[in-house]
Amino acid sequence: MKLDVVLRIVTKLMLPFMLVFAAYVQFHGDYGPGGGFQAGVIAGAALILYAIMFGLEQSMRVVPTWVVEKMIPAGVLLYAGVGAVSFFYGENFLDYDVLGHDHVHAQELGIFLVELGVFITVAGTMIAIFYGFAGRGREE
Amino acid sequence: MELAQTIIAHYNHWITIFLMVAGLYVVVARGNMVKKLVGLSLFQTSVYLLYISPGKIIGGTPPILDQGIEVYSNPLPHVLILTAIVVGVATLSLGLGLVVRINEVYGTIEEDEIFEQGDDDE
Amino acid sequence: MIAQHVPILAVMVPMFGALLATLVRRGDVAWAIGLATTLATAALAVLLLQRVLIEGVVSYAIGGWAPPVGIEYRVDLANALVVLIVSAISALIMPYARTSVNAEIASDQHAWFYTMYLLCMSGLNGIALTGDAFNAFVFLEISSLSTYVMIALGQSRRSLLSAYQYLIMGTIGATFYVIGAGLLFTVTGSLNFVDVAERIATSPYDRAVLTSIAFITVGIGLKVALFPLHVWLPNAYAKAPSVATALLAATATKVAVYLLVRLYFSVYGIEMVFVRQPVVEVLLVLSVAAMFFASFVAVFEINTKRLLAYSSVAQVGYMTLGISLASVTGLTGTLVHLANHAMMKGAAFLALGAVAYRIGSVNIDRMQGIGRVMPITMGCFVVAGLSLIGVPGTVGFVSKYYLVLGAFEKGWWWLAFLIVASSLIAVFYVGRVVEAAWFAKPDVEMAQVKDPPLSMLVPMIVLTAACVFFGLDASLTAGIAGQAAAALFGGVQ
Repeated sequence: MKLDVVLRIVTKLMLPFMLVFAAYVQFHGDYGPGGGFQAGVIAGAALILYAIMFGLEQSMRVVPTWVVEKMIPAGVLLYAGVGAVSFFYGENFLDYDVLGHDHVHAQELGIFLVELGVFITVAGTMIAIFYGFAGRGREE
Repeated sequence: MELAQTIIAHYNHWITIFLMVAGLYVVVARGNMVKKLVGLSLFQTSVYLLYISPGKIIGGTPPILDQGIEVYSNPLPHVLILTAIVVGVATLSLGLGLVVRINEVYGTIEEDEIFEQGDDDE
Repeated sequence: MIAQHVPILAVMVPMFGALLATLVRRGDVAWAIGLATTLATAALAVLLLQRVLIEGVVSYAIGGWAPPVGIEYRVDLANALVVLIVSAISALIMPYARTSVNAEIASDQHAWFYTMYLLCMSGLNGIALTGDAFNAFVFLEISSLSTYVMIALGQSRRSLLSAYQYLIMGTIGATFYVIGAGLLFTVTGSLNFVDVAERIATSPYDRAVLTSIAFITVGIGLKVALFPLHVWLPNAYAKAPSVATALLAATATKVAVYLLVRLYFSVYGIEMVFVRQPVVEVLLVLSVAAMFFASFVAVFEINTKRLLAYSSVAQVGYMTLGISLASVTGLTGTLVHLANHAMMKGAAFLALGAVAYRIGSVNIDRMQGIGRVMPITMGCFVVAGLSLIGVPGTVGFVSKYYLVLGAFEKGWWWLAFLIVASSLIAVFYVGRVVEAAWFAKPDVEMAQVKDPPLSMLVPMIVLTAACVFFGLDASLTAGIAGQAAAALFGGVQ
């Protein structure tokens, strides 16, 4: 596969910034617009860009299919697990107040963990959808 | 004159209605399965607009608490529609996935050509 | 601790099960997880019903945020009954699923199938329990998306096409529902059912509310398979794997009917729906059309799964007929038929699943004399069939009794006549299968066939026994349905 030098170099330059931006959107979601959904899509897009430029085999070496398939339920499990923690403190499902000593900190920690779960699932789903379509018709 | 003003003032609803009807028309009128899904997405998109546009409060800022800002847009529609968008993505990708499989087993994605091939079980 | 959290646990237990099932990716382990979670959920559903019977309405605020700000799960007798139907049927089908799924689905897809099964169950329970219009939409889509996948896992290549068609129709339906909910939200600024109901009453914008009734009726009508929005249903049921068909036929349409009832009676109120909008006339005509048209089509169907699917369309007609009577008796008929139809269709589709497992086809011409070699399976089918007709002593009779009673209360004797007449058509379609199964002589190949293994027989027999038991002693089902209907009417007056 002959790759255009400009595209390849630009992609390599962009990837770290995309991932950092994903992290920014993820962590800044507490204070500004953003959150796990957006960050997950950006992170997924970074890998998809990589796969488009360097080929599916290459990107599957970075993030193998089995990892992606575990990411999707793992993220939801984290979300639901955080929700279920409150059962053990006698509070209702998804009540984050039990996670910390005061209301504000507990809510922040709860949102942070839940958004992390969202991030994992959304990034996993985006990559899984791309792998699913891009990989189709190759193995046969 | 008043009527015309009312019509123009609700321009967001006119866009919503146009997208809604156009999307539904594409779903019904096209035999190509991918085009049907495109129409379906268009149809769903109109609903996003239906929810989002009344959430905007004129002069309101993004709903993030800060000093000196008192008018915020309604955040609830955005959260709802974020969820609806995710549902839309899931539906679209599942639909496209089915179309890919259908293309593999039938060799076409035109609905009438598939029906010509008949039902294998009967 | 468990009693306090029952409403959310009935949704989250199958959801956790589904997540674990995808994580392990092994068919047999996934099945074990599925069995454990469905049984646990069924136990929870019983607990919930018990709690509602003692305490009255149970309200559960998610995240500790008090309604109407937070999402509220609000359980009265109607939801508790629907959740019990969904959970109990799912738990009964699970032991049966092992053998049937092994035979019908490729082994690397078993874990996916169980995941989708549990997700579907979680979504259906969610629709039934939530007291939030948008939350209901999300659960509607969770259950629908998993349903599409289950249908696509069927054996024939037509399964993919059926799944695709259902996806298109189902998404249009869900989107219509969400448009209706959006109109309600713009008028009232709230999504909580109770809160919306209070705000509608004082809202000056009733044109938008009336429009939303139309959207929601069409949207849920698609999910319910209300005639003439039923076209997706026969293909979807006929081409899905047997286990999926049994689950869907017994639960999915019921939950949609419940959602319609909840919105009509608890949110909009009788005045809005039945006086200001011509819902009575529309539902009445469409229900009667479904009862006759779908039953008539079923008579000429060769594929027995599709035959029963058309019969489902007709049976849904009886449920919506009960709503359109707009009386406590009619609504009792609807609610009791939710439970009764789940039992009889569950039993009938499980019997057909066993037939498919043994002879690999469910076409009538391939089933000649099958009753003599698979007596227990076809015996169950006959009882379920009699129940579909509405023979006294079966659950079908109980439902029709309430509907006929409701019709007489209104003085509509012609409607009572139509209900009985449409039941007579059921005699023909059930009769055709019974005739082929019992009166024809089995050929040499057929003589080798036996009843399926015990794991498949027991769920079938339990459901069939339930058909007869609740047919003879309807005090439990009809009692709960009657109380629920009275509560639904009382809540808005």
